[in-house]
Amino acid sequence: MESRYYEGKVRIPSGCAISGFINRDGRLSDGSAIIKSIATMHDRSNGLGGGFAGYGIYPEYKDYYAIHMFYRDTLIKKQVEEFLDEHFDIINLSKIPVRKTPKIVDEPLIWRYFVKPLPTKLAESQLDEDEFVSRCAFRINTFMDGAYVFSCGKNMGAFKAVGYPEDVGEFYRLDEYAAYSWIAHGRYPTNTPGWWGGAHPFCLLDFAVVHNGEISSYDANRRNIEMYGYKCNLQTDTEVITYIFDYLVRKRGLTLQEACKVIAAPFWEQIDRMPAQEREQAEYLRRIYSGLLVTGPFSVILGYTGGLLAINDRLKLRGMVVAEKGNTTYIASEECAIRVIAPVLDKIYSPKGGEVVIAEVGR
Amino acid sequence: MNARARAEFEILKDKERCIDCGLCERQCSNGVYKREDGRWFIADEKCVNCQRCVEMCPTGALKVIPNRNAPRGDGNWSVRAVREIYKQAETGGVLLSSMGNPSDMPTYFDRIAINASQVTNPSIDPLREPMETRVYLGAKDHEIKRDSSGRLITENRGLRLEVPILFSAMSYGSISYNAHAVLARAAQELGTYYNTGEGGLHRDFYKYGASTIVQVASGRFGVHKDYLEAGAAIEIKMGQGAKPGIGGHLPGKKIVGDIAATRMIPQGSDAISPAPHHDIYSIEDLRQLVDSLKEATEYKKPVFVKVAAVHNIAAIASGIARSGADVIVLDGWRGGTGAAPTRIRDNVGIPIELALAGVDSRLRAEGIRDRVSLIAGGSIRNSADVVKAIALGADAVYIGTAALIAMGCHMCRNCHSGKCNWGIATQDPALVSRLDVNAGVRRLIGLITAWKHEIEEMMGGMGINAIEALRGNRLMLRGLGLNSRELDILGIMHAGE
Repeated sequence: MESRYYEGKVRIPSGCAISGFINRDGRLSDGSAIIKSIATMHDRSNGLGGGFAGYGIYPEYKDYYAIHMFYRDTLIKKQVEEFLDEHFDIINLSKIPVRKTPKIVDEPLIWRYFVKPLPTKLAESQLDEDEFVSRCAFRINTFMDGAYVFSCGKNMGAFKAVGYPEDVGEFYRLDEYAAYSWIAHGRYPTNTPGWWGGAHPFCLLDFAVVHNGEISSYDANRRNIEMYGYKCNLQTDTEVITYIFDYLVRKRGLTLQEACKVIAAPFWEQIDRMPAQEREQAEYLRRIYSGLLVTGPFSVILGYTGGLLAINDRLKLRGMVVAEKGNTTYIASEECAIRVIAPVLDKIYSPKGGEVVIAEVGR
Repeated sequence: MNARARAEFEILKDKERCIDCGLCERQCSNGVYKREDGRWFIADEKCVNCQRCVEMCPTGALKVIPNRNAPRGDGNWSVRAVREIYKQAETGGVLLSSMGNPSDMPTYFDRIAINASQVTNPSIDPLREPMETRVYLGAKDHEIKRDSSGRLITENRGLRLEVPILFSAMSYGSISYNAHAVLARAAQELGTYYNTGEGGLHRDFYKYGASTIVQVASGRFGVHKDYLEAGAAIEIKMGQGAKPGIGGHLPGKKIVGDIAATRMIPQGSDAISPAPHHDIYSIEDLRQLVDSLKEATEYKKPVFVKVAAVHNIAAIASGIARSGADVIVLDGWRGGTGAAPTRIRDNVGIPIELALAGVDSRLRAEGIRDRVSLIAGGSIRNSADVVKAIALGADAVYIGTAALIAMGCHMCRNCHSGKCNWGIATQDPALVSRLDVNAGVRRLIGLITAWKHEIEEMMGGMGINAIEALRGNRLMLRGLGLNSRELDILGIMHAGE
């Protein structure tokens, strides 16, 4: 296909399936359950993208940023490694182990680095560690053609590819990783993606987002968030939603709950009916971050260190159910994706439009 | 030369239908009709085609049509150009015009198409789901501050509009007391704002202060502490789309009674607004005026700065955004006026669509778009123009001409004569009384209500249920028949892409 239709050159909306679960007691599960869950919603994907993120998978390197890279060729790999070497202390690097399968083809070079910012570089930049890492990731993704950072958090990692999600999970040997929370995505893009970076989850630092929907506010959100140092290289909804969360929570200091009041703000008629104090807060958030209100259908699972957050658009134009069994909270586009791995549940419900669901380890 | 031969319009009076009631004669402030010795004498040359006589004639005996007799024009020398030369040769004066630039230069709004949802995301039915048009104007880039209990400190409320349409500045003097009453009352009922223009605020209208934007222009007419405090916001008028670089002149004969008192100048004296503000020769001076006005009103009122869309507008707007202003008003070259030199009106400035897109892009590139709100004005003609302006980057729009038409203006473009037969752009008490305030309010509310419905339908079609998600959402627009430079400036793709 002509490169002008590639990811990043055009906007690619997509339908999708999402699933995720978290063991609130911190217990680790391997990747087989999440693969089984997302595979149940096979028909919600079209083989053009699948991916996973797991939290708690790198305990031996938990204080290091785990940078997952796609490379087009060894030339660009060399260039990026020089860049990484200049900015970071690399304590371990390796190919990400994969299991060859005929269903996943044309893979790029897939590498993983555990790094810490070089103290001298960090001091020179006058940034905190997170901001330093995030700027380096943007630099690679924006300026180094053929290289893509697809995950850069601590003690977490994303694994994604072009293909059906169950094949992607198999390919990345997710059964060999153990995580306290997993999220997964099966993609139904309405366009052929150019390369693997366009699959989901979309990650920045320890945030990983899977999303189903097509947001009608996309360009308003993109143009707003790009004022604050983000660059929407992929032109996908998921990317912009991730940046919005990062901006509101990490850079502006909002709580996750407050960030959701921006992204899926209550309707004015609801705000007008709130008790005075609550009304003032809701009105304030909606007013000062009006450019970050997300409209149109979406269901989103946001993974972060120690937790999962789920939210629907204000009108609930996409399906999403939440369930609990013992110490595990499940979230998925469809109930079947939960029942297949947890047939008997303590409770299951469908959150209302704009209702925030948060499940965290130890709570 | 024979003026009648060169009249712009000719009046056809059907003798069969005419019952000689004489209503046309009494209605016409221009003195077109005269009945003597049982015969009608009709002075075509005095007619401005305001349609008053035609609409009032009880038997439908009148028609005003473009004069079938006209000087010869061609593709280069239009009839209008020839007539203007006659007029200037006779008077030796600067040509004056009213209302906006009527030329056939491009109107970009007419070459932009709006998107709608199909399959991949649902359109939203405004009759069944909430559809939000509420907008807040003012700076949005506050630091998050919390009190000791961790609650957000919510300051700076900004201006709340229930619909993203405000009524633009038209002074008391340029338009009548009744016209101001219509604007004030309609704004209050609609949950939006009207603008005093530079003629001060009549005492009777202080009660509508919460729906009023008070203007401070270069002549400083009617500006005093109570005035500044009466409004919900203060607008500094640096320029006007109809006549960028030009001041204003309200002739002494219009400075009568309440108008003189409201402007705080002697009766019969000319009210001359200088072209520049003589205390603002540069951007740092503007900052001082913004600060002075804020200081005078204890930082309770947002300050707007209104500028005409001119070539360097993006850089100018960037300067204004850094001057402490809360709202920038961009007025395009098709913006209306009570009187402007014709050549200025038709040749100076740039279209609002290009100015707005350029400014919005520039402020975003500089990361300061959230410091200010943008209002676009200068010929917003219908709800689709509103939707396109917002998608190009405006927070809200100003309408002037459309509001006047709603209350009865017939676009005869002769406001500067002061003889408005519809009671709008006149101070003649007999003419002013023709504008029925209650009916005017009803019609203006009708117009905005209708536009609001249409905006909601278009938003719903795009799958957008809050107007802020449309603001600057340029992917919702496509250009038609525009070249790549124009598309680039507008920041939109061509249809089919």
